[in-house]
Amino acid sequence: MTISRRDFIKTQAAIAAATAAGTTLPNIKNADAATDDIRWDKGACRFCGTGCGVLVGTKNGRVVATQGDPDAPVNKGLNCIKGYFLSKIMYGKDRLTKPLLRGTGGKFDKASKEFSEISWDQAFDIMAEKWKAAIDPEAPEGATKVGMFGSGQWTVWEGYAASKFMKAGLRSNNIDPNARHCMASAVGAFMRAFGIDEPMGCYDDLEHADAFVLWGANMAEMHPILWSRLTNTRLTKEGCEVHVLSTFEHRSFELADNGMVFTPQTDLAILNYIANYIIQNKAYNTDFIGKHVNFTKTVTDIGYGLRPDHPLETAKKGSGGALTKISFEEYAASVAEYTLEKAVELSGVPADKLERLAKLYADPTKKISSYWTMGFNQHTRGVWVNGLLYNVHLLTGKISEPGNSPFSLTGQPSACGTAREVGTFAHRLPADLVVMNEQHRAAAEKIWKVPVGVIPAKPGYHAVLQNRMLKDGKLNAYWVQCTNNMQAAANMNEESYPGYRNPKNFIVVSDPYPTVTAMAADLILPTAMWMEKEGAYGNAERRTQFWRQQVDGPGESKSDVWQVVEFSKRFKLADVWPQAVIAASGYSADKSLYEVLYANGQVDKFGLDQLQKGFNNSESKDFGFYLQKGLFEEYRRFQFEGPKPGHEMAEFEVYHQARGLRWPVIDGKETLWRFREGYDPHVKKGEEVKFYGKPDGKANIIFAPYEPAAESPDNEYDLWLSTGRVLEHWHSGSMTQRVPELHRAYPSAQIFMHPDDADSRGLRRGDEVKVITRRGEVLTRVETRGRNKPPKGLIFMPWFDAGQLTNKLTLDATDPLSKETDYKKCACKVVKA
Amino acid sequence: MTDTRPTHAKGVNRRKFLADTTRIACGACVAGIGLGLYSKQAQSLPANALRPPGALPEEEFLAACVRCGLCVRDCPYNTLKLSEFNGAGATGTPYFVARDVPCEMCEDIPCVPACPTGALDPKLTRIDDARMGLAVLVDQETCIAFQGLRCEVCYRVCPALDKAISLERSANIRTGKHALFIPVVHSDFCTGCGKCERACILEDAAIKVIPLQLAKGQLGTHYRLGWKEKEQHGLAVEGIIDLPDRMPEAVQ
Amino acid sequence: MNTKGTYKPGANAVAQNGWLAANKWLIARRLAQFGFIGLFLIGPISLWVLNLQDQPTKGIWIVKGTLASSITLDFLPLTDPFIALQTFVAGHILESTALTGVAIVVAAYALLGGRTYCSWVCPINVVTDTAHWLRQKLGLEGGAKHSRKSRYWIMTAALAASAVTGSVAWELINPITILSRGILFGAGFAWFIVLAVFLYDLFAARRGWCSHLCPVGAFYSLIGHVALLRVSAVKRADCNNCMDCFAVCPEAHVISPVLRGAETGTGPLILSPNCTNCGRCIDVCAPDVFKFTTRFNNTTTERSETSCNTPQAPREAA
Repeated sequence: MTISRRDFIKTQAAIAAATAAGTTLPNIKNADAATDDIRWDKGACRFCGTGCGVLVGTKNGRVVATQGDPDAPVNKGLNCIKGYFLSKIMYGKDRLTKPLLRGTGGKFDKASKEFSEISWDQAFDIMAEKWKAAIDPEAPEGATKVGMFGSGQWTVWEGYAASKFMKAGLRSNNIDPNARHCMASAVGAFMRAFGIDEPMGCYDDLEHADAFVLWGANMAEMHPILWSRLTNTRLTKEGCEVHVLSTFEHRSFELADNGMVFTPQTDLAILNYIANYIIQNKAYNTDFIGKHVNFTKTVTDIGYGLRPDHPLETAKKGSGGALTKISFEEYAASVAEYTLEKAVELSGVPADKLERLAKLYADPTKKISSYWTMGFNQHTRGVWVNGLLYNVHLLTGKISEPGNSPFSLTGQPSACGTAREVGTFAHRLPADLVVMNEQHRAAAEKIWKVPVGVIPAKPGYHAVLQNRMLKDGKLNAYWVQCTNNMQAAANMNEESYPGYRNPKNFIVVSDPYPTVTAMAADLILPTAMWMEKEGAYGNAERRTQFWRQQVDGPGESKSDVWQVVEFSKRFKLADVWPQAVIAASGYSADKSLYEVLYANGQVDKFGLDQLQKGFNNSESKDFGFYLQKGLFEEYRRFQFEGPKPGHEMAEFEVYHQARGLRWPVIDGKETLWRFREGYDPHVKKGEEVKFYGKPDGKANIIFAPYEPAAESPDNEYDLWLSTGRVLEHWHSGSMTQRVPELHRAYPSAQIFMHPDDADSRGLRRGDEVKVITRRGEVLTRVETRGRNKPPKGLIFMPWFDAGQLTNKLTLDATDPLSKETDYKKCACKVVKA
Repeated sequence: MTDTRPTHAKGVNRRKFLADTTRIACGACVAGIGLGLYSKQAQSLPANALRPPGALPEEEFLAACVRCGLCVRDCPYNTLKLSEFNGAGATGTPYFVARDVPCEMCEDIPCVPACPTGALDPKLTRIDDARMGLAVLVDQETCIAFQGLRCEVCYRVCPALDKAISLERSANIRTGKHALFIPVVHSDFCTGCGKCERACILEDAAIKVIPLQLAKGQLGTHYRLGWKEKEQHGLAVEGIIDLPDRMPEAVQ
Repeated sequence: MNTKGTYKPGANAVAQNGWLAANKWLIARRLAQFGFIGLFLIGPISLWVLNLQDQPTKGIWIVKGTLASSITLDFLPLTDPFIALQTFVAGHILESTALTGVAIVVAAYALLGGRTYCSWVCPINVVTDTAHWLRQKLGLEGGAKHSRKSRYWIMTAALAASAVTGSVAWELINPITILSRGILFGAGFAWFIVLAVFLYDLFAARRGWCSHLCPVGAFYSLIGHVALLRVSAVKRADCNNCMDCFAVCPEAHVISPVLRGAETGTGPLILSPNCTNCGRCIDVCAPDVFKFTTRFNNTTTERSETSCNTPQAPREAA
């Protein structure tokens, strides 16, 4: 195991280096010059959740140029440095063009270190064999041994088709997206506080707000274009303030009027202090909380989402997220212990800075937008801390109106549009429905034309649990699409890698490139990406954007949606459903899943004549019907016929004409601010504000206390390790590291360290060091200058670099409520290499 | 050799000696002048070839450097190269091209103590004091930061960021809701390490490190910037008074 | 008798003493020359072997730098005195490391003979020896005849150029350091310079570079005036006039005064600073006339009883 792992990582590093070392493609410049024969069409950026509109230029079957869409409302023609290089992301020299099976001569050999080319037919043959071996149709519900790991980078219909395939087809809820690592805590908090997912505001708040507070978001690097808008407001609006909180000083501090570096995990205390301050100073909005808010408290001491035998889990006293109604006075008493002194003591932030922040929230004349990303979400109390911020906004009534907005930013282009909205989580169904709810299941089963009881009621394995189950041999046939989870998941040495290489398991990875994950798989499927397929993304402000297929994928590469739909042909109902369910369905046991799920008279009802004129549509031409439109229109039925209104979208064709629309789209109009009369069509005249996700229309203020992190520095492992991103690279770098210019701009990861910490360890800037945690070690270099300035006692390391697998270090502690990993806090030590 | 008669040998030998010597001396003179001229031409360093940290001013450096390559050997990042015969600058002298491999600004500056001759000045002990050149944003037309795109790669890779390069923010009038983030270099802090030039994502870098003497302007000594003088030295003239303005009472 | 291509100096020595004995100093010199470069090369090669090209300061380093200036085992500095002199006339005062290096080098060659550098260390010597060997092999004759004094003039000109231009002028074109840098740091154009010297010695002038033009050799000659280590024609009485020593000596003019010195009352010790202490005359001499000794040993021995050589007719030098 050790040897093969080392080999595997070596191979990976070599690939990363080789692919990145290439030079600029010379013909692109020339093509750019001759603008005339380039065909331009609208699209959306492939990277973060900002959702910049881009125009894509193709020539001779190749994307040769892009430009920021000058009229896109989000970015007005601008892009960040990653968007600038969009035209190069599909053309890395190591694009995969043929299915690759582990073993030589097309024969599967789990122990082999080599891959050999096979045909798609052979690929699906062996997949079907492995899947069928893992599926027992008569097994009790929840005993399913097949699973899928998807993505917030899937297009809307890719996620929808996959979710339907797993939940209704294979009757397995073991499907989860990588958004679990990034958005799950935000989702959990939205559901607990408002009963409906996704932000109430939109990016227009960036112009409307008088003050901005960043909670664990480095927008300057991670949401460059939104930061540009925020900066403009700060520059041009009299009295505008920017407050930035983080566990280390980063580029957003450069604009901060009030920058605060706090001890990891103490954001919980700071937020309770602010609530306390607001109550002590009677700055709460009595009318608002009287009409629109319920006070509750959550169960505490709920553990850290580790394996059940972990000491931290056996020691916990509570579990789950049940809420108990309390009075305002009880709530006030709960937060009363979070005095300024206590907040200062816990957080290490100077009192005047904390007080200035509290005063800002308390000031009734200031419209405040709060932003957060992974600092809040990747948190063992992520749902809590999200909720504590909603508490502050709800107490002051600063919510759901222009400029007053608690806003959860997303890291992936379709974390909202796909991962969340179409229900690719292990517990979710499309349009905010959940598998645990019988009524929700029934609605889904009806729309999907499958018999009652097909969808299992128990949530499946979430992302972290999937890796644990793979390792334990309880999840045996596993398909990863559109994500690089070997590099992304925490605790790679102990949890991720052993599961992939467990001889009981068969791992399939669909990707355009030989990522770390692909290299650990048994079967690699070459995937058509971005403009090589018709697609749709939904960004963080509920904006759904479509694009047409601009070019064909290279070689035999196929899109994720084609792979899922095509694979469904390999299953007959008898292979996957119990006899009783088949009998109840009225379908013949010989019917294929393809016929039941996709060619079901519903998804296949739009003909090829409706395809976008002048553009190819590889999948639809293969299946003989307009696949994307069929899937989207079926999905829309959930929005209009499902039990949870509020997610309504426009018809398919409208999105091909518009630059992207923010749902709910009703009567041909977008919704910018939800829950407020006049802005939101679901709030009736005279209701003023209605949080209609909850039965009583009231949002929850949820008290949750400060509780320590899962792992804190001690004598041996004496530093906090926080991980994250840099502007130049996106997530695992599988695309951006293949753009030579981006690779050159930031070639390899490093640790950012306080100069005194380096000194006390005898380290100099640039020294090669080992970062060691209880779980593994990584070789890297020390940076004591530059863009990030950690306080003493903390180091920051980006995780994009396949040559330095940061997640060998991280702890797979998760928020027990959202199951999202805390990538921001674990204990490490740094020694000279 | 031709046989010469002994009686004439002495005189002939002297004449021959004088003739030979003159010939050799002239040849050597021509060679020396040629060498001198060649050295003028061969030693002119291309603007993109930068000397290692601590290098003496170019003229002194060429007198001091023995072309041994010891600085190159002690550079941990393969930054330094030795100029080849007919290459960049004087044969055998060390240089680096920032766009290829920039100086990583090691804290201990290992190349300087490696130099046996003092061509790299041993008095340089803080790398921040090095002046290998000066970064200049030479092309504002192609630099995408000037168009409002969020790049600023040069700024973020700068080891002295916020000092040597800072971002000047202004409103993007075209879009009406975005900001411009313009990288501005400050010569007080720029060491000329070239990380910015290396990282610039354009096909040809818009920010380039060039030798100080090419990069810097010089304000005339006959003029002072009043507000800077005041900032540094206080009022230049004391005791100047100002009378109040007459205003309608309502305005007061 | 036309001897083109067939004349082999040292053939008698080989026949009499065996090949090894007749080539021992040549072999030793080549070992030394390659050995010195080899010491320098251990570092770069170790990087390559250990795959440490990205971390060039790691690896195994015995000697760093080049022949211009080097440091051995991070302790012993050595600096070329001629280059140092050029920096001085160019106006630079060297740091103590380089000064120490110069002192050590000057002292060493003052003992060993200045031009010992040329025949035992300098890599260009291999090139010019090869050119000379090939020239003989091909029977090439004629070409330019420079005065052996040219090198002193060139040395003076190089120093003058250094002084006037304020730079280390000779280093711009010095084939020795260009070649050694080329070998140690990799090179493209370096090989042109080396090729030029090779072709010059092969076609243009016999022993043209090292014995007539090279100012570095000239400078080492100056250091060698007081050298301790000397070659002496100790048994010149045994000389059979085969002329092999003249044929192989790169500075043939240093031999005749001592070999024929018995007639003029000159001692057998080669005191000319031009002698490179290459020992080739020792190798090729069948009657073992020559040997290494010190400058204080200016005595001869009587005609050897064991010598069985019959005197040969003097051969015209090639």
